[in-house]
Amino acid sequence: MTKHSKEEKIPFGLDRREFIKWTSALGLSAGAFGTMPHVMSLVDKKTRPYVVADKVIRAGCPAHNCGGRCVLKLYVKDEKLVRIETDDRPKDTIADPQLRACIRGRAYMRRQYHPDRLKYPMIRTGKRGEGKFRRASWEEALDKVASEIERIKNQYGNQALYVPYGTGSYNQLNGRQTAARLFNLIGGSLDFYNSYSWAAISKATPYVFGTSVTGNQRQDWVNSKYILMWSWNPSEMRDGTNSEYFLKKAKENGAKIVCIDPRMSLSAVSLADEWIPIRPGTDVAMMSAMAYVMITEGLYDKDFVDRYCVGFDRTQMPEGVEEAESYKDFILGKKDGQPKTPEWAEQITTIPKETIIRLASEYATTKPAMLYQGYGMQRRAYGETAVIGGCVLAAMTGNIGISGGCASGMALQADDGGPFWNVFPTGSNPVKARIPTFLWTEAVLRGKEMTAEEGVTGVDKLESNIKLIYGVATNALINQHANVNRTAKILEDESKVEFIVIHDQFMTPTAKFADVVLPVCTQMEMWGLEDGWKYGDEVILMPQVLEKPYETKSDYQICAEVAERFGVKEEYTQNRSEKEWIEWALDIYRDTRFPEVPSLEKFRKGNKGVYVKMITNPKIAFDGFRRNPDKNKLNTPSGKIEIFSKRLYDMHDPKYIPPVPKYIEEWESPFGKEAKKFPFQVIGHHYMARVHSTHDNNDYTNEAFPQRVFINELDAKEKNLESGDMVKVYNDRGTIVMPCRVTNKILPGVVDLPQGAWWTPDENGIDRRGNVNVLTSHKWTPLALGNAQHTIMANIEKAEEA
Amino acid sequence: MKKQYAFYIDTSRCSGCKTCQVACKDKNNLDIGVLWRRVYEVSRGSWTQQNGVWKNNIKAYNVSLSCNHCEKPVCVEVCPTGAMKKNKNGIVTIDAKKCIGCNYCAWACPYGAPQYDEAKGVMTKCDFCEDYLEDGKNPSCVDSCPMRVIDFGDLKELKKKYGGAEQLYPLPKAHHTKPAILIKPHKDAVDSGDSLAQILNEEEV
Repeated sequence: MTKHSKEEKIPFGLDRREFIKWTSALGLSAGAFGTMPHVMSLVDKKTRPYVVADKVIRAGCPAHNCGGRCVLKLYVKDEKLVRIETDDRPKDTIADPQLRACIRGRAYMRRQYHPDRLKYPMIRTGKRGEGKFRRASWEEALDKVASEIERIKNQYGNQALYVPYGTGSYNQLNGRQTAARLFNLIGGSLDFYNSYSWAAISKATPYVFGTSVTGNQRQDWVNSKYILMWSWNPSEMRDGTNSEYFLKKAKENGAKIVCIDPRMSLSAVSLADEWIPIRPGTDVAMMSAMAYVMITEGLYDKDFVDRYCVGFDRTQMPEGVEEAESYKDFILGKKDGQPKTPEWAEQITTIPKETIIRLASEYATTKPAMLYQGYGMQRRAYGETAVIGGCVLAAMTGNIGISGGCASGMALQADDGGPFWNVFPTGSNPVKARIPTFLWTEAVLRGKEMTAEEGVTGVDKLESNIKLIYGVATNALINQHANVNRTAKILEDESKVEFIVIHDQFMTPTAKFADVVLPVCTQMEMWGLEDGWKYGDEVILMPQVLEKPYETKSDYQICAEVAERFGVKEEYTQNRSEKEWIEWALDIYRDTRFPEVPSLEKFRKGNKGVYVKMITNPKIAFDGFRRNPDKNKLNTPSGKIEIFSKRLYDMHDPKYIPPVPKYIEEWESPFGKEAKKFPFQVIGHHYMARVHSTHDNNDYTNEAFPQRVFINELDAKEKNLESGDMVKVYNDRGTIVMPCRVTNKILPGVVDLPQGAWWTPDENGIDRRGNVNVLTSHKWTPLALGNAQHTIMANIEKAEEA
Repeated sequence: MKKQYAFYIDTSRCSGCKTCQVACKDKNNLDIGVLWRRVYEVSRGSWTQQNGVWKNNIKAYNVSLSCNHCEKPVCVEVCPTGAMKKNKNGIVTIDAKKCIGCNYCAWACPYGAPQYDEAKGVMTKCDFCEDYLEDGKNPSCVDSCPMRVIDFGDLKELKKKYGGAEQLYPLPKAHHTKPAILIKPHKDAVDSGDSLAQILNEEEV
């Protein structure tokens, strides 16, 4: 237990000496802006710097698309942030719990005052992607941006313009929506649908239930007696501030929690009575075998299935498909001769058959029970059918429409519409063409050939390939999109995308591929407002706490200045300042979900940071349907829960889009011939060190959770690896060299490479940081046309070099 | 009755998220490499394959640990300059003016609490947020925990409130220094000195 020497290099470690060197290189004194408040307040700790702070402001934690929306208590001295604490409202109850920030929020100082913050507009000088830029004035940079938009719009039409997926900022006036509004005022741009988070689950859930609002409000979780966390890891991804805390309360109320995950997550360690490691991509085999046990042992809720569902057995097949295979017949193997027994499933899932039998029985007989699906299992080759598999189990056990139950699937919360995330108005897009977001590289390469077959909606065919990309708060061009090496090649070719603009706070791997990079202020340096994420019952104010440093501007300001060059500045700004927009946004919240929310002035003066609508009587999804299914029909063709979907049946692609959930061997799998060359399955879980790719340069979070590839101790032994050894992780798409960590908390045959690390290729194109997307495939899922970035096979070896 | 401040950690619900560690670092302006609060990732057990199916008996839990402000503080005993002292409230603190950074306390402490701060040239460690206590506030780590598993108070009062253990792997047996800590053991907790348990995240602590 003696403290070990810290020889390990923290890749982005800050040190005052380096910082001064860096600032002087730019001709600035360290005191101009960048002096680290940490260093300053070290001078005399005895003075108790928190007391001498001149301001203490409670504000929303800058949201970067984590699932949390928390409150920070910010201590400011001489216009500098000197300390960060969290929500300290005296009462901390289930109905209104404190919104305590996690490690990322508490480490925000290191991001806020990071020496690599972008400070000036920059114009590319080297080859695209090379990362060479020169400083430019705002005038020059924005003139260039405007003239390129104009040129490309005239030459190719507005469908050639694209504002890509970007989730780096959520505070109304920073974020992608600011650019969407701009483009909608100048003739529109090619639009997209879907997300990188939950494409398959949001598409699949409504086929069963007619809606994605399938979850009870979280305060109801404490009423559950049995919770199956299936691929769900709220502790690490922060699936809503306090979700893990609600589960702790459920345990205190006597719930048993079982976690199904290839990796023993932080959620599994701290919440689960039992961890069931499953081979990635085989969830439906497990679900089918559980259904088999429930059917053959008579454990399923027959009354519920008879009354509320269609397609379970032959007696309730939808009209016109009476002869098609029902779910029960499929499970019993009437047609394919393969009953989906626990013996069958254990060879696929590697979960022992006796465990499958026991879990099926526990889940079917402990009432009420929640099967809650995370999103990792659906970012896979056939993610849609896995989602439906969970929904069917929830139906078979009758856990729908009741307190303590859960319908499974997307599980948006039953409420009056749920959170808005952003109310900042984007206006309507004059361009009606839309593509699935994951197929944007296809639209660059061959947009004009794309049709409905590949998810184009709004038009029969696209008029143009994507020729201009205007990215705001996005690292999804390079870092977060699949197959980085492929994407980099596509973007390097200036004849394809002719112009790329990126707004950001740092020179991310995506920003390196821009022609113009525009420096953005952080959310602490502007006015903002946020509401809950998936579960929001609150409005959180983000008053401007710090001045905008250097030449940074908000995304809103930048877009307004581009709008000015098109003569639409007034339409864009409505003559509102940032603060006035936040006032306007508060009015929207007041007129809709939160009638009692205070005025901006009162909100600010109250200095709580948050307005909460207390949840004392949590809403139950489908409670009306449960009470009276004839009166309160679901929004499905049958009005009932569709265990068999005629809509899916009518797509005539039963192998990949089955009308009942079926296990389908993935296109890269340990059972395929590719496994000979690349025997390891790779998963990329959401890491505590980051929110996706945000905070990857934060030294505090990296010290706590360094980027490592995690490998089971048996595999490590075979490969002669010890923790800390440099390893080569590779497949046909790319190679990474990085340190490994040996663990017994992961299934053998699976390696875990936490997603979001910044792609850092060396001169040979080998990534030295550990970006999982070097390995991922750009192949999309069959129904949602979503990302399947967790379906990967690769190999791992000790790296030859040190 | 002498006061003895102590921490209580419910390891059964500690996720290992390290929010406490970073809250502490932010409050105390700690450089990289200095961790007044650390989180040990403990595991034990192994995997076996039978007929193509994997079975395991893995046990795992996390222990968040700072300074235990021991009732028998060996760090105070070995300090050659008297910089390390035990205060009336039981908190063990370092007087930076007297400290010569010799590291004796770090070598003596079985918990890895005192740590050398290169920039300042002195030993440093958790001071229980004594300044916050004086102002009626809770220590920073206590109020940071998203799972609400850290508490603090007078050792005797805490014992009354929670009971709990004061030793488990990877902590040494408590009799050495009488640490002022109470731990609610995780269901998987194993004894101090267990020969098969391991710390998985050595490089992080």
